[in-house]
Amino acid sequence: MTEVSTAQRIEMGASAVAPDVRISINNLDFYYGTTRALKTINLPLYANMVTSFIGPSGCGKSTLLRVLNRMYDLYPNQRAEGEVLLDGENILAPGLDLNLLRARVGMVFQKPTPFPMSIYDNIAFGVGLYEKLNRSEMDQRVEQSLTRAALWKEVKDKLTASGLSLSGGQQQRLCIARTVAVKPEVILFDEPCSALDPISTARIEELIDELKADYTIAIVTHNMQQASRVSDATAFMYLGELMEFGKTKDMFTKPQNPKTQDYITGRFG
Amino acid sequence: MAIDQARYRSRRRLNAFTMALCWAATALGLTALLIILSTLLLKGVGGLGLNVFTQMTPPPGSDGGLLNPIIGSLIMTTIGVAIGAPIGILAGTYLAEYGRYSPLSSVVRFVNDILLSAPSIIIGLFVYTIMVAPMGHFSGIAGAVSLAVLVIPIVVRTTEDMLTLVPTPLREAASALGMPRSLVIRRVAFKAARAGMITGILLAVARVTGETAPLLFTALNSQFFSTNLNAPMASLPTVIFQFALSPYAEWQKLAWVGALLITAAVLTLSVTARTLGGKRGKS
Amino acid sequence: MSSASSSRSVMTDIGARQRVLKGLRFGDQVFAAVCKAAAVSVLVILGGVFVSLIGGAWPAFHKFGLAFFVTEAWNPVTDQFGAIAPIFGTLVTSAIAMLIAVPVGVGIAVFLTELCPLVLRRPLGVAIELLAGIPSIIYGIWGLFFFAPFLQQYVQPVLIGTFANVPVLSTLFAGPPYGIGILTSALVLAIMVLPFVTAISRDVFESVPPVLKEAAYGLGCTRWEVVRNVVIPFTRVGVIGGCMLGLGRALGETMAVTFVIGNAHRISGSLLAPGTTISATIANEFTEAVGDMHTSSLLAIGLILFLISFIVLAFARLMLMQLDKKAGA
Repeated sequence: MTEVSTAQRIEMGASAVAPDVRISINNLDFYYGTTRALKTINLPLYANMVTSFIGPSGCGKSTLLRVLNRMYDLYPNQRAEGEVLLDGENILAPGLDLNLLRARVGMVFQKPTPFPMSIYDNIAFGVGLYEKLNRSEMDQRVEQSLTRAALWKEVKDKLTASGLSLSGGQQQRLCIARTVAVKPEVILFDEPCSALDPISTARIEELIDELKADYTIAIVTHNMQQASRVSDATAFMYLGELMEFGKTKDMFTKPQNPKTQDYITGRFG
Repeated sequence: MAIDQARYRSRRRLNAFTMALCWAATALGLTALLIILSTLLLKGVGGLGLNVFTQMTPPPGSDGGLLNPIIGSLIMTTIGVAIGAPIGILAGTYLAEYGRYSPLSSVVRFVNDILLSAPSIIIGLFVYTIMVAPMGHFSGIAGAVSLAVLVIPIVVRTTEDMLTLVPTPLREAASALGMPRSLVIRRVAFKAARAGMITGILLAVARVTGETAPLLFTALNSQFFSTNLNAPMASLPTVIFQFALSPYAEWQKLAWVGALLITAAVLTLSVTARTLGGKRGKS
Repeated sequence: MSSASSSRSVMTDIGARQRVLKGLRFGDQVFAAVCKAAAVSVLVILGGVFVSLIGGAWPAFHKFGLAFFVTEAWNPVTDQFGAIAPIFGTLVTSAIAMLIAVPVGVGIAVFLTELCPLVLRRPLGVAIELLAGIPSIIYGIWGLFFFAPFLQQYVQPVLIGTFANVPVLSTLFAGPPYGIGILTSALVLAIMVLPFVTAISRDVFESVPPVLKEAAYGLGCTRWEVVRNVVIPFTRVGVIGGCMLGLGRALGETMAVTFVIGNAHRISGSLLAPGTTISATIANEFTEAVGDMHTSSLLAIGLILFLISFIVLAFARLMLMQLDKKAGA
């Protein structure tokens, strides 16, 4: 029942905004062992738009995000069924090159995860995997990426310092710079601000807003205000199901589903 | 509420008695260990001189030094660690990274824990039957291999432990950049766990530095200076063993000096390892 | 639009990336395979130890049969060998050592976790861990030159004199005072495994959640009652596992014992008499073994030692694993 109504609303959402679908999730189920964590999810992610996933803890929003770059493949007993099309190609297909996929679909994590190396190397490392750049090209790429992540001015004089020496907010921007540097098409944010103070959070949100000009962005957040501030489309999930999906503006002003209404008005979650 | 005073007093007496026993146990244990260390210092320092490091082990009844066993110990320990540490690191990497949840890992983990505390003399017998017997003679390389067999389980254990401490998001973040698994491990996880892994290797060195039993049947001993790995080789522990049980005063004196040197080396290694590990723990 | 231009540049990237990855994939698989091979090598070592010992011991088992386990004779000249004396010595020295080391070690651990002033706690703990790493040959040489003469002069005569007329004890402590012997070995072993038992007990005691202890103190429990009713029940499996690890050490310990055991292949009722253990016999005789049967018999007792310690250590690990599960849950 909910599946049908969800699908209908997706159509509504799609017609209301630019219909340039980058990722299309079709009938996706996800299992941890025998536990079904995602139930028949159908959802498009649009190019140059920010889509946020909201819902109470354990509703499957992070799980859904981790399907999009197949991060779950690192662990045994986790599997996805259904179809996820990235530019028309099913990324759940067996034999797909995961490393290539992950280079196309970048991810920023909940806690900042700088590698235990210098700021410069944190960025050069990922780039050097795929591209053979000479020193000046690499310097340029590092500067570009750090500028893109609004970090360049703060770190340009200490590029050789350890990535771990930065503050939490700076570390998270370093991680964004690192992700941007490998030139992905899609960037996934998994609660990127939950470990940060309000000022750092505001900077990251600004950054996400700027990044959407070039990327398809998905963000999982616990913070409803954040979802309403940064995203163009919002998906509300509950107990592994997609309850409602639509334009963020519509969803927060006139939610269709009573559960969505309860959640965004803070009656549970 | 009335408190049963008699009962309370007996509880307190019992407490005082048992706690006094704990104090006594500590005093007893510390005294024993202090006596051992002070005996070692008293007997060892007297014989310590430049000659210890410049002269060969003497024939009975004359003065000499410990140069050949010191060199022998260094050579065999170095080779033993050079063989054992890489195998241990790779195996530990398998347990922590590739096969963390696989049944093979549970078996390897269990067997490794057993090898970790298996009698070292048994390892000596093992290497004797696979190397010394077929080759027909004792050799330094057989000694080194027996030390390697002792190094492996220690390094496997610490490597696995340290890699397990590396936060999962760090690995995921590396994977999320499209990095192949082996690079995630070698360039990110190893780097994050480096201090701990070095600690493990140092602890392994400390452990094999004092090992005597496995060397008795593999490298045997030698009165001469030798760097030939295909021949018997002297080592500090075996020389201590031989000299201490001899009736000659000069040899017994050198045995004490050797014991002091080994203890100093082992303690230095352990303290270094601990400081390295401790730094990591705090950050 | 910017998305079109960026996706075009990405398309050209993909071809290059695929080539790079193809190059990396081989190395990736090789590294994974090498790691797995190294892990398997741990199993191969254990298997190799078993196979080589069984192979080497076979002639002795074949010749002497089950009698090997109960014969006391150990005579290289007549080629008669039996394992009971070293087995007896190994078990008795280890048992006495544990009887002493376990209560003292656990006592020290209680002291370190419950009684010790905070300033001393860390240095004492570190000291104990460092001492656990001192090579056993040091304990052996100390036992030979210091402890055995000390016992011979001051302790053993007193024991012999005091218990001379007490039934059972007079046999256990029958003279003459050699200094070296079963009791001395057991005491040296006890001192050697003491830091080990202490370190493990302290670790498991520290794994007790502070809330649990605080709750008990909150009821008005004395320290002893907290230790007795909260700490020890909570950590019982771990303490037993740790003690069995210590026992595994003691059983296989060679150098601390070889110096002071006396190397006599006989079973005596007196703890003051010289005896031998499996590891001491092997250490003393292996390189000078004359004849294949002698070597084979030494490998046979080596196999017996390995089996005994394997069983003890396996039990120890299983118990410690249980504790880990509990702590993890």
